[in-house]
Amino acid sequence: MVIRIEGVTKLYRMGAETIHALRGVNLEIRRNEYLAIMGPSGSGKSTLMNMLGCLDTPSAGRYDFNGKDVARMVDDELAEIRNREIGFVFQTFNLLPRSDALHNVELPLIYAGLSPAVRRERALVALRNVGLGDRIHHKPNEMSGGQRQRVAIARALVNHPSILLADEPTGNLDSRTGEEIMALFEDLYEQGHTIIVVTHEEDIARHARRVVRLRDGLIESDGPVP
Amino acid sequence: MARLLQELVESFRIAFGQIRANALRSVLTALGVIIGIVAVTLMGTAINGIDIGFNRSLAMLGEDVLYVQRWPWRRVDDWWNYVNRPPLEVETAERLNRVIEATPESLLEVAVPVATRGTSVRAGELRLGGVMLFGTTGDYARIVTTDVAEGRMFNDVEASVGRPVCVLGSTVAENLFPGRSALDQQVQIRGERYTVIGILAKQGEFLGLFSFDNQIVAPLNAVRRQAGGRANLELRVKVRDKTRLAAAEEELSGAMRRVRGQLPGERDNFSINQQQAFKEQLDPIKAGIALAGLFITGLSLFVGAIGIMNITFVSVKERTKEIGTRKALGARRRTILLQFLIEAVSICLIGGLVGLGVTLAASLALGALLPALPIAFSPGLMAVSVLVSIVTGVVSGFAPAWGASRLDPVVALRYE
Ligand SMILES: Nc1ncnc2c1ncn2[C@@H]1O[C@H](COP(=O)(O)OP(=O)(O)OP(=O)(O)O)[C@@H](O)[C@H]1O
Ligand SMILES: [Mg+2]
Repeated sequence: MVIRIEGVTKLYRMGAETIHALRGVNLEIRRNEYLAIMGPSGSGKSTLMNMLGCLDTPSAGRYDFNGKDVARMVDDELAEIRNREIGFVFQTFNLLPRSDALHNVELPLIYAGLSPAVRRERALVALRNVGLGDRIHHKPNEMSGGQRQRVAIARALVNHPSILLADEPTGNLDSRTGEEIMALFEDLYEQGHTIIVVTHEEDIARHARRVVRLRDGLIESDGPVP
Repeated sequence: MARLLQELVESFRIAFGQIRANALRSVLTALGVIIGIVAVTLMGTAINGIDIGFNRSLAMLGEDVLYVQRWPWRRVDDWWNYVNRPPLEVETAERLNRVIEATPESLLEVAVPVATRGTSVRAGELRLGGVMLFGTTGDYARIVTTDVAEGRMFNDVEASVGRPVCVLGSTVAENLFPGRSALDQQVQIRGERYTVIGILAKQGEFLGLFSFDNQIVAPLNAVRRQAGGRANLELRVKVRDKTRLAAAEEELSGAMRRVRGQLPGERDNFSINQQQAFKEQLDPIKAGIALAGLFITGLSLFVGAIGIMNITFVSVKERTKEIGTRKALGARRRTILLQFLIEAVSICLIGGLVGLGVTLAASLALGALLPALPIAFSPGLMAVSVLVSIVTGVVSGFAPAWGASRLDPVVALRYE
């Protein structure tokens, strides 16, 4: 068991108005699952994802990560979990523009306190695993969108996290490059990784083994991919 | 611990990358700090230089010599209290020496009468004006700080009979006898012939005002005979232990009052002067320089600090999304705080080092132009500058860095 969510809600207060981004979500995710989260815009997908990734804490409800209650954790503990247990892949890649691929991939290892030699070695392996062994000294603006997203995936995986979280990882890529990224995810899943992908494209969601559909902050359906 | 180290290295890396990428902006921001550091180091250098130059000059007066004179070495507003003081005589010195000898464990060693007058001097066709003529006894050698470089000082017998012999300061000797030794030559002082028996070692200028090498020392009785008693006489008293100058001055004052037969309650009819009096006159000048320097330093550092605070706020704003990304990858609050603090401190340090370089170059140039000026660029000043730069960086960078460290990662990631 990796993740258990019970009755989680998230409120945003905008002046007098209160927005219910999540209204009571229950979810269990086990090791080596491949999950797609779908739903219309504004349904709370990203909010749920940020919660799962310990970037955000629930307004109410319970979130256990590997059996520990996240709501009770202080900021540094959350940072620790994000560093060791979670790999993030963003729609906009979020690479450091002035650093080359190698240094971008090394970042989580710096925050883990590893020595430069170990960092370099592990970052090289991670870049090779995403097929970028020959691009390690390229800066983000010297790479294609697909390559950038591969660097981001290498960065997400370099510290051997329990789960990989990807919020619209193909949103900024053309459909062919998107398929390449999804093929990479497929490989990772087969190697035993736990993967959660947010998307609103049915084609992308079909790669997963299980689909959770959100609507207005509630889970509408949850089941295996047909 | 390892983690903190890696984070620090990464922070410096980011800071220097950031400064390089925004070189002009960083330099302009650091300008305030540069000016501040230049001001504080120049001030320190000036004060140090004044001190060194002054002490060097004062040492020529003798650190262990008290001067008994009619007038004090300071401005007086009540001149009428001084004009009628009795002049100092040779007998005053003799009687003073008897008192000193009779005092057990006296702090004083010897009192030497010295007559001073300005004069001109001739040797053959060459004539030199504005020379100080000191008429004194054989004890003079015991109180002066200069050595006799060539020849000898006159002895007690020559002094008491007033033999016309003299010892020349090095400037006098060089000017009157260029290219040859002055020893055993004749000079004419106010029409009377003196034989040169010694030449003093070079001493240098006193505060750049007058040269100690522009002097002639001759037996007191010879000088007095010539001057018809009009030479101005003073007593120079050597102190045994220069660390107890104040106590020695007190003893001397009591001894002088006994010699003069002054009654208790009566005001001293003499003044005891010492080099310390000059030092005290210098203090307000030094304080003035320090005040001006500190004011300029404070002002420019304040302006610099505000500039750096502003630029750090801008930097945080520009990189909000990056902060979110770093937090998502496991950066703690401390990490982000350090990152921006180090960025601010780095700009300040660079400014401080540039400022130090400017001051160093300026003092070297000044030292080359005016070799007489004592320039003292001390390691202490460097340490102070580096410290001031770091403190400025921490103070000005703290608020924006703190704000950055507290950013909600979700909000930061959403920032466009
Ligand atoms: N920081 C915030 N402040 C206020 N409201 C927010 C905030 N974040 C999200 N919301 C609101 O919460 C709701 C869910 O947002 P969320 O970003 O989770 O949607 P989403 O499903 O990811 O949509 P999309 O497909 O467009 O990315 C939306 O109505 C949004 O306006
Ligand atoms: Mg979203």
